[in-house]
Amino acid sequence: MAERRRNWEKSGDDLPVYLSRPGTADQVPRQKHGGLFCSIEDAFESKTIDFDALSVGQRGSRTPRSTKRLTGLEAKSPASDSKSSPAVESPTADKQERKGSPQVKIGTSGGKEILQNLEDEKSDRLLIKGGRIVNDDQSFHADIYMEDGLIKQIGDNLIVPGGVKTIEANGKMVIPGGIDIHTHFQMPYRGTTTVDDFAQGSKAALAGGTTMIVDHVMPEPGASLIEAHDQWRQWADEKACCDYSLHVDITHWNDSVKQEVDNLIKEKGVNSFQVYMAYKDYYQMSNSELYEVFTFLAERGGIAQVHAENGEIIAEEQARMLQMGITGPEGHVLSRPEELEAEAVFRAITIASQTNCPLYVTRVMSKSAADIISQARKKGNVVFGEPITASLGTDGTHYWSKNWAKAASFVTSPPLSPDPTTPDYLNTLLSSGDLSVTGSAHCTFSVAQKAIGKDDFTQIPEGVNGVEERMALIWDKAVTTGKMDENMFVAVTSTNAAKILNLYPRKGRIAVGSDADLVIWDTDAIRTITAKTHNSAAEYNIFEGVELRGAPLVVICQGKIVLEDGNLHATSGVGRFIPCSPFPDFAYKRIKARKQLAVLRAVPRGMYDGPVSEFSMSRGGTPSASARTSPTKQPVRNLHQSGFSLAGPPTPDDIPIRPAGRRIVVPPGGRSNITSLS
Amino acid sequence: MSGYQGKKNIPRITSDRLLIKGAKIVNDDQSFCADIYMEDGVIKQIGENLIVPGGVKTIDAHGRMLMPGGIDVHTRFQMPDRGMTAADDFYQGTKAALAGGTTMIIDHVLPEPGTSLMSAFEQWREWADSKSCCDYSLHIDITEWHKGIQEEMETLVKDHGVNSFLVYLAYKDIFQLTDAQVYEVFSVIRDLGAIAQVHAENGDIVAEEQRRMLEQGITGPEGHVLSRPEEVEAEAVNRSVTVANQTNCPLYVTKVMSKSAADVIAQARKKGTVVYGEPITASLGTDGSHYWSKNWAKAAAYVTSPPLSPDPTTADYLNSLLSCGDLQVTGSAHCPFNTAQRAVGKDDFSLIPEGVNGTEERMSIIWDKCVVTGKMDENQFVAVTSTNAAKIFNLYPRKGRIAVGSDADLVLWDPDVTKIISAKSHQSTVEYNIFEGTEVRGGPLVVISQGKIVLEDGNLHVTEGSGRYVVRKPFPDYVYKRIKARSRLAELRGVPRGLYDGPVCEVSVTPKTMTPASSAKTSPAKQPGQPIRNLHQSGFSLSGAQIDDNVPRRNTQRIVAPPGGRANITSLG
Repeated sequence: MAERRRNWEKSGDDLPVYLSRPGTADQVPRQKHGGLFCSIEDAFESKTIDFDALSVGQRGSRTPRSTKRLTGLEAKSPASDSKSSPAVESPTADKQERKGSPQVKIGTSGGKEILQNLEDEKSDRLLIKGGRIVNDDQSFHADIYMEDGLIKQIGDNLIVPGGVKTIEANGKMVIPGGIDIHTHFQMPYRGTTTVDDFAQGSKAALAGGTTMIVDHVMPEPGASLIEAHDQWRQWADEKACCDYSLHVDITHWNDSVKQEVDNLIKEKGVNSFQVYMAYKDYYQMSNSELYEVFTFLAERGGIAQVHAENGEIIAEEQARMLQMGITGPEGHVLSRPEELEAEAVFRAITIASQTNCPLYVTRVMSKSAADIISQARKKGNVVFGEPITASLGTDGTHYWSKNWAKAASFVTSPPLSPDPTTPDYLNTLLSSGDLSVTGSAHCTFSVAQKAIGKDDFTQIPEGVNGVEERMALIWDKAVTTGKMDENMFVAVTSTNAAKILNLYPRKGRIAVGSDADLVIWDTDAIRTITAKTHNSAAEYNIFEGVELRGAPLVVICQGKIVLEDGNLHATSGVGRFIPCSPFPDFAYKRIKARKQLAVLRAVPRGMYDGPVSEFSMSRGGTPSASARTSPTKQPVRNLHQSGFSLAGPPTPDDIPIRPAGRRIVVPPGGRSNITSLS
Repeated sequence: MSGYQGKKNIPRITSDRLLIKGAKIVNDDQSFCADIYMEDGVIKQIGENLIVPGGVKTIDAHGRMLMPGGIDVHTRFQMPDRGMTAADDFYQGTKAALAGGTTMIIDHVLPEPGTSLMSAFEQWREWADSKSCCDYSLHIDITEWHKGIQEEMETLVKDHGVNSFLVYLAYKDIFQLTDAQVYEVFSVIRDLGAIAQVHAENGDIVAEEQRRMLEQGITGPEGHVLSRPEEVEAEAVNRSVTVANQTNCPLYVTKVMSKSAADVIAQARKKGTVVYGEPITASLGTDGSHYWSKNWAKAAAYVTSPPLSPDPTTADYLNSLLSCGDLQVTGSAHCPFNTAQRAVGKDDFSLIPEGVNGTEERMSIIWDKCVVTGKMDENQFVAVTSTNAAKIFNLYPRKGRIAVGSDADLVLWDPDVTKIISAKSHQSTVEYNIFEGTEVRGGPLVVISQGKIVLEDGNLHVTEGSGRYVVRKPFPDYVYKRIKARSRLAELRGVPRGLYDGPVCEVSVTPKTMTPASSAKTSPAKQPGQPIRNLHQSGFSLSGAQIDDNVPRRNTQRIVAPPGGRANITSLG
């Protein structure tokens, strides 16, 4: 309603609608709405709170006339009126906006309003006026009022207390703050830690428009998961500048780990666990362990994340490379060809589908891996793929750089694909929805740390930057190129992640009651990424020299402005841990339905009464084909010891393994049919 | 139909001489009408109006199809399993093969883990030499992996004419090899010029699923197929294709039983991988719905691994892929057990000995399902039943082709004969035939093995022990031409760089756990623990591009002030 009204008013200023802008060179965006066969324009907008109806006559409220004054006096730009709905969002609108290039203004409202709230000068109260709210499902114009870190009101002509700090968005996009679902801040590595700790890392995140991060807890193999989790909590609580949550990596598997996982889900608010198929003899899990982990997580409502690479073959290939004398960073990518990633993804999907567990593939780095995920999704598997900033923004040709330090800074696992068309391909799949979320896998090491592996690429600590660049990079590669629209952009940078972690709609959506984590996005800003200006502590930026369109103009985290006019006002330690509850609907609705269908039944048969051949249980020293070794399994039954007699009808205490409670003495069709020809 | 030619009946020469007149000779590339004369088990002349010695036994083919005898690439006659032996020994098995038009079989040697490949090979040779009625050759299964095995493989390839080895991705804790071991086996196989065969199923998942089934009280044969879903097969095929690609080793997938596995193979071939798929008689002719039969013994007769797919459209799909060339060869995986032997697993499906029949039915089933339905022509039929197998295993053109100089293993095929398969009339000794009641069109009319008529007018005349071991040479052209070209291309080079001269972070010497870091090597086949090179000890200290940059390590030159200066190494760039 608001837009149409504005449209009408704006054109009312100069000319009647049917004659509007006859002399301008600009193309008039064609109005598709309001026709005979169209749905009512803006029918879904501001349905929750429509203050228009209440506002008549109230002081300070925005009547149609005052809107006109605002647009006329302050903005003086066509931007605020050009957009009516995502359906008519067009390059024209962008062009108009660029031409006008309005700036966001922040100030406190003056006049009498101050009198009402004298004591509340430094309030958590914030009003964003005239922004275009972009959620993953729709975009609409409305004002947003926040208090105490929560969004309290959305709509036009909001009734707000006086003295509220007001941001005039002038039609710019207001999007939910980004959620970086994969970071490794302050990760210990062989006695050192990554150069970006939680303070530095979350600062970089905020600078890029990301208002929540999800870090990976990486317990040493053999160490307690809960202890590691508490350690990470402590580090993050001290330092994080934005809200955070934690994934826990499962680096070994036994009954006590199982207990701890259960505990983490039930009491600690962790619902996602990562397992490794790579890093042989270190973090790597066998297929049977994966099966057990997945089975357990499916029962408890967790998400199984997987680092997918075939560690066994990598180990062999690494040995081969070193043997051939390839010791530089190029050996890293040569020993981890993308096939190995695709193979492991395929295997993980098979196991997940077997155990009916939702699967989340972290770090999709190659075309083949992404293809396998999209194929599996077509077949109906519950699987999510996470490309990272690096795989969306750059490629692996840099591993052959003559500058060792530069080449080493690209080392991450799975490696960046040397195929330069990979980023474009992954962006396309991200836009089409085959890949669901984006992370950064931000895990930066300084050159000196990377140099641990200067003579042996296998020793180079792995990890790249990307938390700061993530949002802008996706905007540049996917939205400005027309692959995805702004709503999809919100979905892949924020909403989907919130849904998977069961944080939706608290995070990932602009709605009344959601957290006030917002970003005012400037679609026109152009920025060149360089290590000189980035917020990470690393000396190298893998996106060095890349020019990106789109950047955050204002970032609001927990209801406070942390970025404005290019100045970052982050406070260490304000970040809260956000607990994630199990059984996220986004993943588990389908899983639950399938579980009900997947009940298997045995065939009730007559007892076999024919001759039985003699056989030896041992075969080459090991038990026979059904041999079970993992500790949770039952021992092999010895058929010779059974009290089961083949002759005559079984006595009552002989209960053969058969659906309990039923004894068939004379099976239907007679017994002789059992050994006769069909 | 057959008689002696010539004016006078020369007293029966121990006639290895045979003339077939008026046959339509069908090879994999073309069909043509000609007479064919063979002597001493070898084809001597092909053409019209042949000049042949008198007193030759003559068969008048009346324009019927004469094709190379079938090669069954996968049999397991007389296979020991936990003290039992598969019901058909080499005599029964080869007799069944000949009755179906197959004149050569390739059997699998299955050494118990812990025993030597050589002794198992000798054992199988002994069994087969004394009993086999047709020519045979042997695949060797690799059931464990260590240095000794590698040496034995070399001996087998070089001195004993073996050029194919099978590894198992299933049968956890018995035959199963890890990915790293498979990688090493494949590397060795490639160097030896042999074919890597793989039994593709994810044994880890199978073991878990078996346990789950038993826990749920599912103990009958249906548990077998429920615990081995086709996804698990496709996963293992995909994995072995990856390892084979990585090692540049030709791959041969035995027993393709499901659509998904066949699809993975077809896709890999499209991407250029050297991979061959072998559907078996059972997967081409029947399906896995029988596992739910109320008759335990019948259901158990279908137990094989990977299992028959419960999807009834699978057989048709596999026949289509076989016809279009995505799958290349057919075996039977003939390894039947009788019902008493199967009953070992009457209370636990995981103990049922695995294997189905199919060596006798193979040719007829394929003819009926593919040629009669118009999916393939007679030449393609020859290709998939005989020629491709001969090419892959380097038997061509001695086997798999009708040409002068080839072995006289021939089948006179009757496309019109109709037969109902039944356990009552089959040659195998088992009580069940998994194709029971199937009516097939097409069958052998006359079978000639080693130049002798072994099947005529429905009568089999086989001689126990007449089968010869056929030696197979490594590096079959059909497979290795591409592999060789690729290995020339696949050389990798390091990047010559200046020496890193920046600061280096201190690291604790022992990484987090006791085991070495990710490059750890555990298996014996690699060169003995190459230590991590310590460049501090090397005299190598140059930077910048050099003329002989492709030689990565040198220690004869020392450049103290490299061109471009040292500072560029850590600068942005």
